[in-house]
Order: sequence, then structure tokens, then C-alpha cells
Amino acid sequence: MKKAIILGATSGIAGEVQRQLAQRACELLLVARSPQRLAVLKADLLVRGAPQVLTFSADLSVIAQHHGILEFACREFPDFDTVLLAYGSMHNRKDSASSIEVLVAELQVDYVSAAAILTLFAAELERRHTGLIAAITSVAGDRGRRSNYVYGSAKGGLSLFLQGLRSRLYPAGVGVITVKPGPVQTPMTDGLQHAARFADPQQVARDIVRTLDRGSPDVLYTPRIWRYIMTAIKWVPEAIFKRLPL
Amino acid sequence: MNSSPQSSCNAPERLAQSTSLAKGRTAGQLTERVFSWGRYPKTEHRKIYKPAWNDQVPEILGAAERGSLLPFGLGRSYGDSCLNAGRDLVQCHRLNRILGFDESTGVVRCESGVSFADLVAVFLPKGWFLPVTPGTSFVTVGGAIANDVHGKNHHCAGTFGAHVHQIALHRSDRGLIYCSSHENSEMLRATIGGLGLTGVIAWADLQLKRVAGPWINAESIAFETLETFLELSHDSNDLFEYTVAWLDSFAGKNARGIFFRGNHAANCQKKFHPKRGPELPFELPSWVLNRFSVRAFNAAFYALHAAKKQRYVVGYDSFFYPLDSIRQWNLMYGKRGFLQHQCVIPESKLDAFEGLLDRVARSGMGSFLVVLKQFGSAPPAGMLSFPRPGLTISFDFAMRGEQTLKFMQSLDEIVRESGGAIYPAKDARMSPALFETSFPSWRNFVPYRDPKVSSSFWRRVTGS
Repeated sequence: MKKAIILGATSGIAGEVQRQLAQRACELLLVARSPQRLAVLKADLLVRGAPQVLTFSADLSVIAQHHGILEFACREFPDFDTVLLAYGSMHNRKDSASSIEVLVAELQVDYVSAAAILTLFAAELERRHTGLIAAITSVAGDRGRRSNYVYGSAKGGLSLFLQGLRSRLYPAGVGVITVKPGPVQTPMTDGLQHAARFADPQQVARDIVRTLDRGSPDVLYTPRIWRYIMTAIKWVPEAIFKRLPL
Repeated sequence: MNSSPQSSCNAPERLAQSTSLAKGRTAGQLTERVFSWGRYPKTEHRKIYKPAWNDQVPEILGAAERGSLLPFGLGRSYGDSCLNAGRDLVQCHRLNRILGFDESTGVVRCESGVSFADLVAVFLPKGWFLPVTPGTSFVTVGGAIANDVHGKNHHCAGTFGAHVHQIALHRSDRGLIYCSSHENSEMLRATIGGLGLTGVIAWADLQLKRVAGPWINAESIAFETLETFLELSHDSNDLFEYTVAWLDSFAGKNARGIFFRGNHAANCQKKFHPKRGPELPFELPSWVLNRFSVRAFNAAFYALHAAKKQRYVVGYDSFFYPLDSIRQWNLMYGKRGFLQHQCVIPESKLDAFEGLLDRVARSGMGSFLVVLKQFGSAPPAGMLSFPRPGLTISFDFAMRGEQTLKFMQSLDEIVRESGGAIYPAKDARMSPALFETSFPSWRNFVPYRDPKVSSSFWRRVTGS
């Protein structure tokens, strides 16, 4: 991994991943909305060892802006080898279940826009017959729960999308990695119950970087314990699960 | 993950560990608990803001009530100077970016939540080190400025604040202001040692120091009287950049201890591996540390170092941060936590100093770790800076209720009579009167406070 594009560079997990990539002298192209925040990240990553940091300001939830991103990447950052999608949004759970507007917006950000931009980059990497795509979904996508099923369905949808994409890009030699973190201490999860016990973003980032390095496993649960927790949760019969206040 | 418009975290209510989302929980446990390092006092906070970007801070300040906020770093202050009971904290650990570095001058600009550990990890490989460092690297730049921390090189480098060229400060009344020796210089002097009360530091320009590598040429020398310690200290101050001593708290007036001194090693080609030790996973039962185990530890520590060779080459981490290798060592003191007593006593009042040692030894309370250092004569960098010429000594005492507080008050008496001072960063209980003795000109500081910022400590010692 020498040149990585981070979609959603100002997110909590992306911040830590970028630092670790910078330390190992990986070149970076950061995409996020706020030009000021991108400038802060760029300065930080340059001091921490990234030989080159490019930034591109775009609203990733707006599909019309996606072409501009790919174009910029191909022009200014041509031989990129890794694309990490790290953005997402999680609303107040009550709001997303009761307000259609919030629900649609959340699906738009977490699923529709993500699938759209990954399709663009997938086509580019498929053409080149090389590269790696990784996207951060969530363990919340493994099973619908009453407390968080809107976010969960978007992330679950994205996981399925990645699964198909992986199979499609396999013949071209392009890897696709699904990253499923458990709850992590980031701005997105502030205010949730038990937030103090959530995973440390540095640890999650370490797992992600290691996986990007090796190109495997295809599906990463991080912290690792979530692989076992979700296996157990998926095995609970629906007749019982629907009664659980999860 | 917040790069979409909908996930915007700008509104303070989204930034806070807000109570509204945690429905179904009983009142009083709505926010996560935040403790200081001593885990005493145990207070509740209302909201804990965790801005990830400096552009979010003005909104938090703007929405706050008078006297409701306090910036918080990594919580290594021992007492209540980093707490704001019943009110809100602005936790700054996510403001942890380095904004620029000038390789020719060694000046780094970084956000206030950058930790010393992070700075060392980034800049030591480039040949730069912290100009001044306390005994732990798990402090933030903002916290180091707010407490104007000192280290083993106080006699030649002064305090951390002396190496701060410029800061940008979020104020609730004036917006973002820049403070340096040219501009708002008094606000800079107020912020250095200002216990976070002047506003939220956005970033600071720090002067790093050139070093050859991670190694320290260290020496340890056993001493058995206070006079020997003073001789050693005087003799070492010109030749050694770093000096500090450890004392056996049970030895009393005899002041038995080990004197440590060192310099950065030039041209040491040894391969360096940073140490990372275990973590104390939970609070130990409070009986683990009792007068016998502490006495045994003290005796063993002395015997070990008195017998060991005197000169050695040691990594910076073992030299500066011996306790950092045991994460959360503070849990050793059990549920009730512990208190630290760090004072400075003028050298002309050696008898008072001996009285202090004697009282601690006779009390049988014992202190796991007693650290002794002769401060230099550098003028204070901040209005409320603690270091001043004299001997500074710190004791740890397990919290055992009223008797502990009473006993520490009796130590305070000695400090007060000698014209000494107590270190606010370590304090959870000094009286307003002793604060007045320690910082006679504290009222000059008051106009520089941010009207929306306050702390448990400040309310306690000033009654405001």
C-alpha cells in the first residue's frame, strides 16, 4: 500500500487510519466536505511522515459530485492502489425510525452514495487489474435490531453490496474488504449508552491497516471479539430474537 | 464518521455525551464518570463535550452558561483542578493534530489535546525532544500549559510555559485570540499555570530541544542525610541537565534516599525499544497498600538502588516516565483513591522541611513514592506558576477518610509557616487561606479568567 484514497477523511476512524498510514510513508488523497478540516489533517499527516497529502473537498452524500472526485484522483493521484470508504452517519435512533426524511437521508449517505462512489472506483480499478477497495460498514448490519435497524439496514446493505463487488472484481485481481467494526469511540457514537466501553479507534485502525496490508481477510471484524459475538447473535432464532430488547 | 451533512456534529447537543439519548437510565448516571488521577474527589459532571475540531469550540463556548465549562485533557491532575462538579467539561483529547513543524528552529505548532507521548513518538526520531517534561507522558500540551508543569530539568530549563512561544485561545467573550510576548502577553502569562480558567487553548507553538537520541547517561547515588542530598544537588546542577531524588518516607529526618541525575547521551548506537508494560485492570483492594507493604517497598527500592551500579545508560522512557509502563497505576490505591501532597519550601527553612519528613515518618501513613527536587531560580513563566526557588517534595497518601485529610492539614501548617506553597495540580483539599499564602497575587489573575469557565478547584480555594 503506497497510495491510498480516503473517502470521508474527517471521520473518527479514518483519522486514526490515516495517521498509521502516514507513519509508514504512504501517500494520501483525503476527501471530505470541510476544506478547513482537510487542511488541518494535511498538516498533521505531513509532519507524521506522509510524503504527499492531497485533499479534495466534496460532499460524498451528493452523487453528482462523485465524478469530480474520481477525475481529480486519476489526474493528480494517478497510480493510487487503495480506496478506503470511511464515512457514514448515524442519527438519533428514534428520529430515523419515525421520520421518513431522516430515514431516507440516512439510507442515502450510508448506502446509496457509498454504493455509487464505490461503483465508480471499482470500474477504474477493474480496468487497471489491480488495487484494493475497503469500506467500513458495521456489525449493526449483521442483524436487524429494534434499536438501530435503519442504520443497520444501510450498513447491512452495503456489506452485501461489497460481497457482490468482491466476487465481481475477483477475476480482475482487485480486492474488496468489508470492515465491520463494533461500536467505536468516535464523534458518531458520542452520547450512546456505554460509550465509555466502546473500542479504541486506534486499535480498530491498527486492525484495518493490517488487513489493507495483507489484502485479507475479506471480512474484518474489529475488535476481533465481534466476530464471535455476531456469530452467536446470528444464530438466535428469529422467534426469540424479535422479543429481545436489543 | 461525520463527513456527510446529515451527520454533522456541530450542534453542542450532538457533541456532548448528551443525556437525551440515554433514556431508560436512572438519573445520576446519565453521563460517563470522569475522575482525576487521584480518583478523589468523586464528582458528577453534567455534560462532557468532546470536540473533534477546533471549529466546534466557539459554538460550545457560545451556548454555555456563565462559569459552566472547564477544558479537560488526559486527567493527570491529581485532585480537583481538572474537575467541574455539577457542571460541564470540554474534553480536548480529540484536538490532537500537529499543525506544523519548522525543522530549522524546532518550533512545533500543535493542537491542545496532543499528548507528550505523541510528541515524543513523532519528534524523537527526528532528533527533537520536549523542552520540559513531567513524570508522565500521558499529559496534553494544553494541560502542561495550564499547570505550567516542571520536570527534572527545572534548575536549568525552568517550567514548560517558558518554552511556549505563542498560543491561540478560544474565549467566550473575545473569540479566538493570539497570545505571545508581542500580543496579549499578559493573557499568555495568565494562561500559563492558569489551570484552564482563561479559555480553551486551540493550539500552541512550542520550542522543542535538539537531542542526539533516546538514551540518557544516568547516575544514581544513595544518600543518607538531607545535607548530603543538598550537596549532591548543588554539585550536580551545573553538570547535569536532569536531577531528582527519591526518598524513603519511613526514614524521617535522616532523609535516606537515592539521587538520580542524567544527561542526554550523545552517539549511543544502542538499538532502542520503547517499553510497554502491563495495565492495572481494576482497583486493587485498599488493604494491599498498608504501612507494612509500603515500608517493605521503600526498603527494597533503597536497597536495590544503593547496591546497583551507579552509572548506566537508560532509555528516555525508563528515565522520565518509570510509572507510565504500568498503565493506570493509580488504581493501586483502591476504590477510595489517593491524595498527593506536593509543596515547595524555601531552602532557608530546612528545619521546616525536616519537620515535614519527620511528621510523615512518624504518622506511619507512609508514602509509596516520595520525590524530591531542588527548584532552580528561573522567574515564573505564568501568573500562577507553582515552581519557585526551594525544595519541592511530593507524597502520595491513600485516602482513608477524615484521618488522611486531618493529617495532610497538619503538613499544610508546616508549609504555611515556612512561607511555602502547595501545587494546585496535585491538590484536592488545601484551604483558601493556604492558597492565599501560596499564590498571594492570585487576584491579579482574576480579570483574565474566561467568564464561562470555572473549576471545582477554583470555587473551592477562592470561594467564588
